Amino acid sequence: MRAHWTVLPILLALGACGREEAAAPAATTAASATPPAAEEPVLNVYNWSDYVAPDTIANFEKETGIKVVYDVYDSNEILEAKLIAGSSGYDVVFPSARPFGERQIKAGLYEALDRAQMPNWKNLDPAVLAAQVDADPGNAHLVPYLWGSTGLGYNVDAVKQRLGDVPVDSWSILFDPANAAKLADCGIAILDDEQEGYGAALIWQGKVPHEPGPAQTEAVTKAYAGIAPYIRYFNSSKYIDDLANGEICLAMGYSGDVLQARDRAEEAKNGVEVAFVIPKEGALRAIDNAAIPKDAPHPRNAHKFLDYLMRPEVIAAITNSVGYPNANFAATPLVDEKIRTDPAVYPAPEVVAKLVEARTVPEEESRERVRAWTRIKTGQ
Amino acid sequence: MNRARWLVTAVPLAWLGVFFLLPFLVVVAMSLAPPAPPGHSPLPAPGELLRSWAANGLDWRHYGALFSDSLYASAYLNSLLFAGVSTLACLVLGYPLAYGIARAKPAARAVLLLLVVLPFWTSSLLRNYALIGILKGNGLLNQVLLATGIVDRPAEILHTDLAVYIGIVYGYLPFMVLPLAATLMRLDFTLLEAAADLGARPFDAFWRVTWPLSRPGVIAGSLLVFVPAVGEFVVPDLLGGPRALTIGRVIWTEFFSNRDWARAAAVAVGVLVLVALPLLWFERRGERGDAAT
Repeated sequence: MRAHWTVLPILLALGACGREEAAAPAATTAASATPPAAEEPVLNVYNWSDYVAPDTIANFEKETGIKVVYDVYDSNEILEAKLIAGSSGYDVVFPSARPFGERQIKAGLYEALDRAQMPNWKNLDPAVLAAQVDADPGNAHLVPYLWGSTGLGYNVDAVKQRLGDVPVDSWSILFDPANAAKLADCGIAILDDEQEGYGAALIWQGKVPHEPGPAQTEAVTKAYAGIAPYIRYFNSSKYIDDLANGEICLAMGYSGDVLQARDRAEEAKNGVEVAFVIPKEGALRAIDNAAIPKDAPHPRNAHKFLDYLMRPEVIAAITNSVGYPNANFAATPLVDEKIRTDPAVYPAPEVVAKLVEARTVPEEESRERVRAWTRIKTGQ
Repeated sequence: MNRARWLVTAVPLAWLGVFFLLPFLVVVAMSLAPPAPPGHSPLPAPGELLRSWAANGLDWRHYGALFSDSLYASAYLNSLLFAGVSTLACLVLGYPLAYGIARAKPAARAVLLLLVVLPFWTSSLLRNYALIGILKGNGLLNQVLLATGIVDRPAEILHTDLAVYIGIVYGYLPFMVLPLAATLMRLDFTLLEAAADLGARPFDAFWRVTWPLSRPGVIAGSLLVFVPAVGEFVVPDLLGGPRALTIGRVIWTEFFSNRDWARAAAVAVGVLVLVALPLLWFERRGERGDAAT
């Protein structure tokens, strides 16, 4: 019996730890205190998975001779944890504007951009810049990259079969228990994200998502309590494959992801037709940005890369590849016609007008919302 | 001679001090830290922390929340249930397996033990993703069930508690089998013959001879399964449904979504207390058992 006392502390440590995160980034050993002119030809990029065109990085390397070390992540939280811990070693990262980019700017985690090094800044859409100027005063830190909205992705035939002629154009398809009950057997998925979950339920009820207060949480809890038995799962990425394979028939999802599911189903020729709709009540819009962390070892290379991303032909190729609209108006004519005329990707102006920025709520309120969301999704 | 003995104990002690005690104290300190300004490192510098404690006392708020917010109690209970049932299942499946290995010829034993360990050569994350492919609606398991007519429509297994149990039992079974097999291999099987000679039926012989003698292995194996299973994050997150509320997931949320390191640390210390108590109990029991034999 003595023996296992020696392993016990290890076990305790195991029991107490959560999940091992991916290995630390390839932090370069460069001493960047030297003047910027003497920058080694390396650039460390930390981006969302599947968020550039297949040749974006290779072309940049070929053109500039800068070696790009490219890492990916799948949630803003992971990025933020690394930035707050400091010395991440990354030169370019891609935070969502709100609440992440906004509070990271407030915490002084980003370098102010030097627009003199980025002549292509002029190609950016002034409307998108204006939409986030309150989060990034003077648009000094964030380069808007791609944007998307959160709406409903659905399996056209499966939904029609169960709901008949009810038009799929409202959040009621999801939140009205009568509808959800009929769709339960073919599968309903919800994003596992308290901001999206709150946003959708509050917009459906005609409320303003970022208004704080316990009444909001109560309203949201009630909305999900009504449809809880009909929800198959809460997850922010599984629904892409599942929509494409016909495993689920309705998902609260990100526009680009749902369109990816649509394309995969088309390629697979499996008879599944996926569509995306921005509900008539409105929807949350998310703008993803590129930014340079304060302690970036290669800020000059980072500016070069950002300028490259703002070239119309480069960002148009990215949109063609990933299916998210970009924030570069000079690029729109270069986007494939099929994508640029698709209202699910480039919505009509009156639909865009209904999109709501997910404004930040006070920190304690946001923590309470996250805990309430855990209760909602676990049925506690 | 004395020097050598000192060295032998000092090395593991130093190891434990650096890699267990120190990090644990950091976690405890974190759990008692005052709120950090938004966007700043949630863990203040040691000097700052001491100054704040001297001025305002320790911040016990987060431990209070463990009791006042039912979310944490349900998560703890759920995790204990998952870990407990999985441990039992591992024991029921692992005991015959270990027994078979122990009774096998020495040459076959090596191969059998290798087969038990073999899955570890693949990353556990990959194995869990493979389980997704097996358990999902149109996955392998359902194809077999449908083809054999056991079910007439795909059974929903993925994203249920059952999937979590399958994942944990599959992942941790070797931790149960190895210590059990090691104990059973040392067992003197002539004792069973003696029991039979004295008129014990096979079950009596097992229950009154084999089982008590294998108890150290049972306890070691159960601990090796139970303790990590309580804090398991990957399996419930990948295979579990929305209702699989576990403490691993709660810690993840507090840490990453809420950036509330203090709350996350308090929850983690809670796990430790929760796991340490049954361990102490087991240890006591083990000692009494040893003394009795």
